[in-house]
Amino acid sequence: MISQLFVLSQRGDNIVFRDYSRDVHKASAETFFRKVKFWNDDGEEDAPPVFNVDGVNYFHVKVAGLLFVATNRVNVSPSLVLELLQRIARLIKDYLGVLNEDSLRKNFVLVYELLDEVIDFGYAQTTSTELLKSYIFNEPIMIDSAVMPPLGAASIFVKGNKRMPGTVITKSVVANEPGGRKREEIFVDVIEKISVTFNSSGYILTSEIDGTIQMKSYLTGNPEIRLALNEDLSIGRSDYASSTAVILDDCNFHESVHLDSFDTDRTLSLVPPDGEFPVMNYRMTQPFKPPFRINALLEETGPLKAEVIIKVCADFNPSINANTVLVQMPVPKFTNRVNFELDHESVGNTTDFKEANKRLEWSIKKVVGGAELTLRAKLTFSQELLGNIMKEAGPVSMTFDIPMYHASRLQVKYLQIAKKSKAHNPYRWVRYVTQANSYVARL
Amino acid sequence: MLTSFNWKSEVTDLRSQLRQLAGSRAPGADDAKRDLFKKVISNMTIGIDVSSLFGEMVMCSATSDIVLKKMCYLYVGNYAKVNPDLALLTINFLQRDCKDDDPMIRGLALRSLCSLRVANLVEYLVGPLGSGLKDNNSYVRTVAVIGVVKLYHISASTCLDADFPATLKHLMLNDPDTQVVANCLSALQEIWTLESTSSEEAAKERETLVSKPVIYYLLNRIKEFSEWAQCLVLELVAKYIPSDNSEIFDIMNLLEDRLQHANGAVVLATSKVFLHLTLSMADVHQQVYERIKAPLLTQVSAGSPEQSYAVLSHLHLLVMRAPYIFSSDYKHFYCQYNEPSYVKKLKLEMLTAVANESNTYDIVTELCEYAANVDIPIARESIRAVGKIALQQYDVNAIVDRLLQFLEMEKDYVTCEALVLVKDLLRKYPQWSQDCIAVVGNISSKNVQEPKAKAALIWMLGEYSQDMPDAPYVLESLVENWDEEHSAEVRLHLLTAVMKCFFKRAPETQKALGAGLAAGLADFHQDVHDRALFYYRLLQYKVSVAESVVNPPKQAVSVFADSQSSEIKDRIFDEFNSLSVIYQKPSYMFTDKEHRGTFEFSDELANLTINAEAGDSAVPAQRVEANDNDLLLSITEKEEGRDAASNGSAYSAPSYDGASATSAASQSLADLAFSSTSGSGQAPASSFAIDDLLGLDFSVGAAATPTPPPLSLNPKAVLDPGTFQQKWRQLPLSLSEDFSLSPQGVAALATSNALLRHMQSHSIHCIASGGQSPNFKFFFFAQKAESASIYLVELLINSSSAKSQIKIKADDQSTSQAFSTLFQSALSKFGTA
Repeated sequence: MISQLFVLSQRGDNIVFRDYSRDVHKASAETFFRKVKFWNDDGEEDAPPVFNVDGVNYFHVKVAGLLFVATNRVNVSPSLVLELLQRIARLIKDYLGVLNEDSLRKNFVLVYELLDEVIDFGYAQTTSTELLKSYIFNEPIMIDSAVMPPLGAASIFVKGNKRMPGTVITKSVVANEPGGRKREEIFVDVIEKISVTFNSSGYILTSEIDGTIQMKSYLTGNPEIRLALNEDLSIGRSDYASSTAVILDDCNFHESVHLDSFDTDRTLSLVPPDGEFPVMNYRMTQPFKPPFRINALLEETGPLKAEVIIKVCADFNPSINANTVLVQMPVPKFTNRVNFELDHESVGNTTDFKEANKRLEWSIKKVVGGAELTLRAKLTFSQELLGNIMKEAGPVSMTFDIPMYHASRLQVKYLQIAKKSKAHNPYRWVRYVTQANSYVARL
Repeated sequence: MLTSFNWKSEVTDLRSQLRQLAGSRAPGADDAKRDLFKKVISNMTIGIDVSSLFGEMVMCSATSDIVLKKMCYLYVGNYAKVNPDLALLTINFLQRDCKDDDPMIRGLALRSLCSLRVANLVEYLVGPLGSGLKDNNSYVRTVAVIGVVKLYHISASTCLDADFPATLKHLMLNDPDTQVVANCLSALQEIWTLESTSSEEAAKERETLVSKPVIYYLLNRIKEFSEWAQCLVLELVAKYIPSDNSEIFDIMNLLEDRLQHANGAVVLATSKVFLHLTLSMADVHQQVYERIKAPLLTQVSAGSPEQSYAVLSHLHLLVMRAPYIFSSDYKHFYCQYNEPSYVKKLKLEMLTAVANESNTYDIVTELCEYAANVDIPIARESIRAVGKIALQQYDVNAIVDRLLQFLEMEKDYVTCEALVLVKDLLRKYPQWSQDCIAVVGNISSKNVQEPKAKAALIWMLGEYSQDMPDAPYVLESLVENWDEEHSAEVRLHLLTAVMKCFFKRAPETQKALGAGLAAGLADFHQDVHDRALFYYRLLQYKVSVAESVVNPPKQAVSVFADSQSSEIKDRIFDEFNSLSVIYQKPSYMFTDKEHRGTFEFSDELANLTINAEAGDSAVPAQRVEANDNDLLLSITEKEEGRDAASNGSAYSAPSYDGASATSAASQSLADLAFSSTSGSGQAPASSFAIDDLLGLDFSVGAAATPTPPPLSLNPKAVLDPGTFQQKWRQLPLSLSEDFSLSPQGVAALATSNALLRHMQSHSIHCIASGGQSPNFKFFFFAQKAESASIYLVELLINSSSAKSQIKIKADDQSTSQAFSTLFQSALSKFGTA
């Protein structure tokens, strides 16, 4: 199955290296890293997640700036190996609280312990955070998460919602709280990644929502949990669904989820295992209201001059803010100078012309719902343009996070914890966030 | 972390510290040891050799601290192999730990014991393994089962003598713990697959794994298994052949909810079961495609980019096999601007495949957006995709307009790609020549630099010189700059184009032709020189003959050859949910024989009969095809081969790839050199070289008359692929031999179908062939004269090592040796005729 497994830092250093069957040479990590680094001559293209060099198959996933790599010589299911690598990364995160180069280096003995139990002689064994607890003896060495850059989707909450305790999401499943007693809590995150393509006149060409309901439980005693979703939720194309209904194209569920009452009242019941896991993944192509409208205009204003006007309208409730908004647009390759003009100077608004890849970048720290922002940029060219200027520039793309916004209108109506004792009530956090996956407006 | 210059002193330092602590029972000693052990392991990880500390590490390991024990096990496992003498030191404490009261310690110790991998210590393994398999703790049993595989790899005979496989089989069918069951299954698959090459019994045992009782036993418990073990079971179920349709539906009903699993590997493994079970039921098979479509699309959008890519590759395979099922889902295959190129490339191919009457407009509009993309390789691929859709005959009118717009975009790479496409388009739809020529005529050859595009432009200039007023003058100026033209391909095209132009507009072209031929004769490139000489002699002989050779009337190409034979595609489909799908080649092309593993389980020939099903089998399936990444290039080459066969004039075909010409020439030269040193067969070899160079295949009928063999074959034997497959499966292997090919034979392999024709002249017929240089594979059959007795042959050739292997199966086993002699004698003559 798998011959070796290793974790490399961004610079290609071996942090963890495990050889299971010794049929792949020792220098594989070096071979791999060189191949990935110089996949093609200009270094523009990424190496695919699976490739073969001299009869050795290399599988890798990138998580938190680290490369998790497996090698072997036999023909196996690539998705099995990639899923396994991804799972190993998540396991390590569950145990260490934070997954990054520093935490990995400090805890590599614990990581070896984990790897030994997860894979034996190349064969996948158990990857359950819970079952593994009894085999892991090293205590995680916690790194100071406050100084660490926030990671992954969950980090949004730290910035977006002040009520949320900042450390919880970086809590290890095994380490004890400073106070000695564990805090009983459960997190349910509805994370939606949206993709929208607007044509030049602002009509939506394609749109899709890829959503995940993610759960992370720190409840003791493994109580059963019931999660109720919108009652008007339907899956697959149904003819009778009203226009207000939420219609998912398709979805899948975590192994632990029981769907017995899902068909009648859209309730999921499960005994959540330890650690972070996706309860449900879903996909929706039903039309929805995009959170931002983008208008972009490009005009030649002289022989060596052109002007770009980008207007962004936040089409959501003023009580909600979008964070870390970034608008980008490639400009003609002969552009050598850009003068920016913002309609009103607001704090946290920065503009930049990336000369190397000929791109305008406009970043906005915070956009309040209902706001309308305009950027004007005057371009100067070093040479006269030959063809149509519209074919030389664009499209405008946007990235953003909007906490407490759910584009699909899918909702967690309630979260019920079945527990006998009424002495204490665990904290329950249900959070929403919408992120841009591919948000593009064509010129 | 250590820096390299002081690591030696660091190791010495560690050693003395370890010695100090070795016997210490002082409080806090374990903590100090932990820190030291961590340092040792950390050095080991970054590749510093700390094996010299072996003795000290073992001394320190006498402890009850489990964290220390684990680190010590890790260390010992890593270095025991290079220190077999020292490894003996560890046996004692490991064996003792194997009897510990704590099952965790027992398991860990057993795992480490089996990981030592020292051949002369295997005797110490058998006892602990035997009791481990019987342990009442499931953790110890799971470890022991994998331990058996480890033992097998160190010493197969010890493992078999202890009768461990039988124990595993018993455990697999009886153990209450599903991880033990799953490990048994993995272990038995691995052991029996490796054993089956030499033992009939093991092969039978392997077959019993896919028998009904085992499959049903596993299926009934499938939900208890971990997701990884589920994948293992599903992979096995995909090999099971149910006895009737109701069984098929039972299995599918049982597994249907696996398609809703969050783990992509489980979903793909389930899809494979569904696809393979329904192969014989066309309508249900199609419903399976419909059923798995949505779950697979969800997997593509749910996981990490890497997981998504693995699933998308499989979706790509399905789309290629049954595009019509996905034609309404085309929007899912639109590229997102931030996707990596390898994803975009797959999506472009899928978009091309699903284009039909109703969606072509949308798809081509979308592709045209990408053509202006900043990502230039993807922009190029998009333009090619537009061209391919045009060749599929939907809405050609609109597409030709767009292609012509590309030419007017004045981006050099866009122009280049578009030129190549317009050329291919004109070969299929000559009726568009007027519109295209008007636009192409406006393109200055100075703005076209890429050889392929330049060659395409020059071809159009030659082909349509009657419609392009300044064609002779453009060609003339190109000839004038002969020395600046670095690409032999372009120069070859230029020669042909000048010739064609001359036949149509002699007075205007005469000067250019003279200059061109003179430059060609002086050219240092062998092919260019030879072509110029050939044209010159043709013209000398008779102009009308020259015209009929260089510019014969052409027919529009109706179907361009596909780059992959349908056999290879079926083979890949057979290996669904494996790397074959990602690499787009069957596993025998990228794995060594000893590493094929359990995926070779299925019958070698399981897919030969499905040939007719694939939509693009317009080309004869029996050909050896180079798997060229550049589809367009290979299209023109293949098609050219067909021109050559039908017209007898390879040079009138529009595109001749310089690289392949060069290699053919050099091969022929090597051939000549060899013949002259060996001193025999020089004449035939050189005549072959010329034939090859010209693309004229005279070798077909010229096979040497064989000396009458003791066994004679029926020259008109017939066998359909279905019967072949059935026979191949039923008959036992009667003979397998390895031998070397002659260098001439290897050289002649470069000509496609030459081997097939050659063998046919010896009454041995090819039924299927495939492979990619240097590995080729052929299936032949022959029939004994005046008898119904059939011989089946699998021939594997590695052209770089000139090694080949045959496997013969025969109705009449007694004559298979005689047939093998006949086959090898026929093969040894290949290339020399």
